[in-house]
Amino acid sequence: MESVLGRYKNLIVLVGVLFAQVLGLAVQVKRTTDTESSRLIRIWAVSAVTPFEKTLNWIEHGTGNLWHNYFYLRGVRQENRDLKAQIEQLKLEQVRLNEDAQQARRLQALFNFKEQYVSKTIAAQVIGSGGSEQSRVVYIDKGESDGIRQDMAVITVQGIVGKVLKVFRSSAQVLLIDDQSSGVGAILEKSRLQGIVRGTPAGEVVLEKIMSDEGVQPGEEVRTSGGDRIFPKGLPIGVVMRVNNSPDLFLSIRVRPSANLHKLEEVLVVTQVVDKEPSPGENTSVRAADILARRLPSVPDKPAEDPNKPKATQGAVSAPATGTASTTLAKPAQTTKPPQEANSVKTGAATAASGTVPKTGSPSAPKAITQPKASSAQPAATDSAAAKPKPVKPAPDQSQTAPPQDQPQ
Amino acid sequence: MPITYTSSEQVEVYRFSIPVTVIVPVTALFLQAWLPRQFPFFSMFDLPLLVTIFFAVSRRNPISGLLTGAAIGLFQDALTGLPIGVNGVAKTFVGYLASSLGVRLDVENAGARLLVTLVFYVIHEIVYFMVARGMIALSLQWSWKHELGSALANALVGVLLFFALDRFKQRT
Repeated sequence: MESVLGRYKNLIVLVGVLFAQVLGLAVQVKRTTDTESSRLIRIWAVSAVTPFEKTLNWIEHGTGNLWHNYFYLRGVRQENRDLKAQIEQLKLEQVRLNEDAQQARRLQALFNFKEQYVSKTIAAQVIGSGGSEQSRVVYIDKGESDGIRQDMAVITVQGIVGKVLKVFRSSAQVLLIDDQSSGVGAILEKSRLQGIVRGTPAGEVVLEKIMSDEGVQPGEEVRTSGGDRIFPKGLPIGVVMRVNNSPDLFLSIRVRPSANLHKLEEVLVVTQVVDKEPSPGENTSVRAADILARRLPSVPDKPAEDPNKPKATQGAVSAPATGTASTTLAKPAQTTKPPQEANSVKTGAATAASGTVPKTGSPSAPKAITQPKASSAQPAATDSAAAKPKPVKPAPDQSQTAPPQDQPQ
Repeated sequence: MPITYTSSEQVEVYRFSIPVTVIVPVTALFLQAWLPRQFPFFSMFDLPLLVTIFFAVSRRNPISGLLTGAAIGLFQDALTGLPIGVNGVAKTFVGYLASSLGVRLDVENAGARLLVTLVFYVIHEIVYFMVARGMIALSLQWSWKHELGSALANALVGVLLFFALDRFKQRT
């Protein structure tokens, strides 16, 4: 017996070691979540490697910064001029986008939509990778001690990068979106079709679960849908590169990630996302008519509600000058005007009126005050009423302006 | 003749100091994790595998070879997002085979090293593929063209690496 053991000692050890590892693998696969035992070896490996990575990263960035910020400044003046011109263009664009955003907030408030805001992020540097073609992960230099937790979204300015897979004391492992085990809820920007963005074994990014009878064009932008509860809605994922018909029911859509996943340097870890119901009064410009109504002493306060007054008059009186969410939202719901139309009217009014704000003595000012568009959303209702006269209803009914939550959705 | 068959008495058995035994694999793991970030194409190389083959062939002790392979493979797995053990199993197997081969064959010259590394790289990939597909259901695609290309690239790097590491050998 001893001679047999001695003769096959090498083979027995091999089988034993292989068996132990296969058993360990089976346990990990069964539990699906990371076990403490496997965490220990990960901690050892990461602790052994990341200090070197951090040091090299520091040296690399230090040298790069020294060169780029102190020595290699060729063309900086021209670039500065170009950037200033770009800023001017962007400012103009921002004005327009602000208006659009305010419209969107009003609509969201109207329908009680909750929006996710990225309220807190932590900047981190990418210090290393998993070093394997089969597992596309990177390591960042921020960890548990910096407030990083598992499943936090990792993004760049260009687009999403991945999610935090494992957290260590001073570093964290990030699973990239081109890894085959990743999955991101996605929506196509124009067609609003929803699917799942996944990585492939070859490291490509594909959009799945879009039916083959849908029309998807290359060039269309793909954004996060928020359905995975990791990435807030609306963040850029990438652009559709190629659309092919696959043998099954779904399209095969190849996506080019917005973020350069092969050259990641700095990333942002989203540490806090706030679900917030936008209020139309928030961040919106105050209408000139409202400001004037508050400032001019010659304009008396309207008398208290008179239930016997007809609808049109009542609407003008009951609405406060600044406009609250309830009064603002109540009006459009009572009209038959579609929200988009209502908002376009309002935006136009607001824009026109805002131009009169500094000129309080302008002839248009008194006119604005006397208009029954006291609240921010009421112009829609009033315009609608003006365009299409309605039978006058008794005032009490009108005063019972439904709160936003009572609006049909 | 690149590979010569010799008796176990004829081949030289080497050992390595403890610092080399620790630092060389850790450096290989570190470079494997760090270099692909700088040069994405570098992920096709498998430095830990080359180090495993080198130690196994030099020591010519199957148990030592398989344990070295297991340790390096497990640590390599720990740096990836995959379950720990996929590389461990593959490198254990390669470590065992390489050291068993080292007992029987003299693989000291460049041609022999190129051929041995190429063959062991392919064996490693086959075992890895089987374990990854069979045990953790990783959807890998096998491409002979890609694997042979990677094997050749790794073999070339391996030859250079082995000559660099030869200076750390100590005769028993």
